Amino acid sequence: MPPTDRTPVSTGKGRRDMIRFIAIRLLRSLLTIALVVTFAFVVLRLSGDPAMLIMSVDAPPEAIAAFRRSWGLDEPLWTQYLKYFGAILHGDLGRSMRDGRDAIVLVAERIPATLALTIPALLIKLGIGIPAGVHAALHRDSWSDRLVMLAAVAGFTVPSFVLGLLLVLIFAVQLGWLPSGGQESWRHAILPVITLGVGGAAVLARFTRSATLEVLGQLYIRTASAKGLSWGRVVRSHALPNAAIPTVTIVGFMVGSLIAGAVVVESVFSWPGVGRLLVVAVANRDLAVVQCILLLVAATMVTANLIVDLLYGFLDPRLRSARSAGAG
Amino acid sequence: MPITGVDKTASTPLIALSNLGVSFDGVVALRGIDLAVMPGESLGLVGESGCGKSITWLAALGLLPARATVTGSVRLDGEELPRTKAALERVRGGRIAMIFQDPASALNPVLRLGRQVSEALTLHRGMTGSAARAEAKRLFDQVGLPDAARRLDAYPHELSGGQNQRVMIAMALAGQPDLLIADEPTTALDVTIQAQILELLQSLRRETGMALVLISHDLGVIAETCDRIAVMYAGRIVEEASADAFFAEPRHPYAVGLMAALPPLTGPRRPLTAIPGGVPEPWAMPPGCAFAPRCPRATPDCGIAVPPLTALAKDHAAACIRVTAPVWA
Repeated sequence: MPPTDRTPVSTGKGRRDMIRFIAIRLLRSLLTIALVVTFAFVVLRLSGDPAMLIMSVDAPPEAIAAFRRSWGLDEPLWTQYLKYFGAILHGDLGRSMRDGRDAIVLVAERIPATLALTIPALLIKLGIGIPAGVHAALHRDSWSDRLVMLAAVAGFTVPSFVLGLLLVLIFAVQLGWLPSGGQESWRHAILPVITLGVGGAAVLARFTRSATLEVLGQLYIRTASAKGLSWGRVVRSHALPNAAIPTVTIVGFMVGSLIAGAVVVESVFSWPGVGRLLVVAVANRDLAVVQCILLLVAATMVTANLIVDLLYGFLDPRLRSARSAGAG
Repeated sequence: MPITGVDKTASTPLIALSNLGVSFDGVVALRGIDLAVMPGESLGLVGESGCGKSITWLAALGLLPARATVTGSVRLDGEELPRTKAALERVRGGRIAMIFQDPASALNPVLRLGRQVSEALTLHRGMTGSAARAEAKRLFDQVGLPDAARRLDAYPHELSGGQNQRVMIAMALAGQPDLLIADEPTTALDVTIQAQILELLQSLRRETGMALVLISHDLGVIAETCDRIAVMYAGRIVEEASADAFFAEPRHPYAVGLMAALPPLTGPRRPLTAIPGGVPEPWAMPPGCAFAPRCPRATPDCGIAVPPLTALAKDHAAACIRVTAPVWA
């Protein structure tokens, strides 16, 4: 029998529905990004005059006027907005008001440094959070469950700047094992990566635990046991694939914050990544740079969400059918 | 040795539960069940919801959550079934299979039906790949699923409730069990589908020779399907009889009440009578007969001690001092 007859999802209609679903989601994503860009534009224009900040308050009025003119800040807000939007559509994200370089170049330079922290941190979150959560759920109310949950509560209630400072105090100041800040070697990354990873691992452990517990209480788990499957097989083949569905949402959110998720930690550890650039650019009202970062953050988040949505369809056949029905 | 009314000495029961008890965090749900199923027979287990019908068999198969405490013994082919993981896993699906009330939630929503059936085939009959698939298709045909080949690749949400129950039955048959426990298999289905599923269970029993325990709150369902009937009330068996003897003359007042609540299949229509009151909560069980507070024939003596299941005839036993005690008592 040809596979197309056996798999309802891969039929011509199914594929068309899928393309249509993705197209709609893409359009929605673009709309979301446009809204974020607009919002950022309005808030930044309302929150202070870049000319005053960059030129300093004492600068002669003519110089400030000239600065405004050269950056187009003297034009009506509406015109500025349309110009800005038009430029974005042409791929022009503007130049930094501080050193005149392209904002996109400034930001792109910082991305590797940020990813050097956030990707290892994400691996820690996944590698510790998910197994810990599943273990806790499978050994509900045991001492190891309580230990995991205690650690998880501690992990996500302590704010990252407190944890960062605490780690610096212990490992850099007291023990002198690791540097307290900077980016000279991989050893400099250890403390910020741990700081970033702990909170996320804690959140993921709690979430995975409750998702797994929810699934373990379902009737099909009893059916699988009644079939004679060993408990390990029941968990692997029946519980975990179902528990993965809600967990993917949280993981998607974490993937979405790979670029912007390290603002606080980068500041604590003087790590020259996108987050630090954002803090400095906001302080200086360096409009183009802030907007460029926000655009990038929105794009990452929206992309991650899109991937999560597609993964849902892959993991949950019910959703796949609902989409087909909705699109068709 | 508990006294049971029905003669079970003829051959070894397939499965015999004796003094099976279950409690959840100290609250007693099952108060000592003695019940045996002979090879090939069909036993109906009837009673209101919450009386312990399902718990009896979930306990026997070790399928209750860990906080349940199970006491008593389960003998399979006359041999004590140890309550160890390994022993229970061997029995489940292979010797004794079970199907449940709500087939849509009893099937895994994210796995294809064929795979869920093949799993049992691999486990109990060592079949894999295309052999397992072919056998799964044969089972789907056997349980009367239309378009069996396509159904193998479907997911539970793509089938109706009745079709899903057929899949559950196919999955249960996969291990070629000696006993199928059907726990309210038709309760979630509409009436015409109910009849079809009951008919299917009957014909499968004829074809395969497996024994059947049909758990239901509906005497009508049991009447059509079973050779023997056990009535449960508040965690105990209160009456046990052959279907003929039972429907000719139910003895326990609770069973009489159940019959009165059943519309007669033949004869003139009569108003149906409900049993007044409700089942006592497990933590507020009356000291003597649990049915006494609702019983039209109760006497002060009923509150003294729990009446034992006592033989009334060769194939009829009841646990009620009003029917078993000598007239002069």
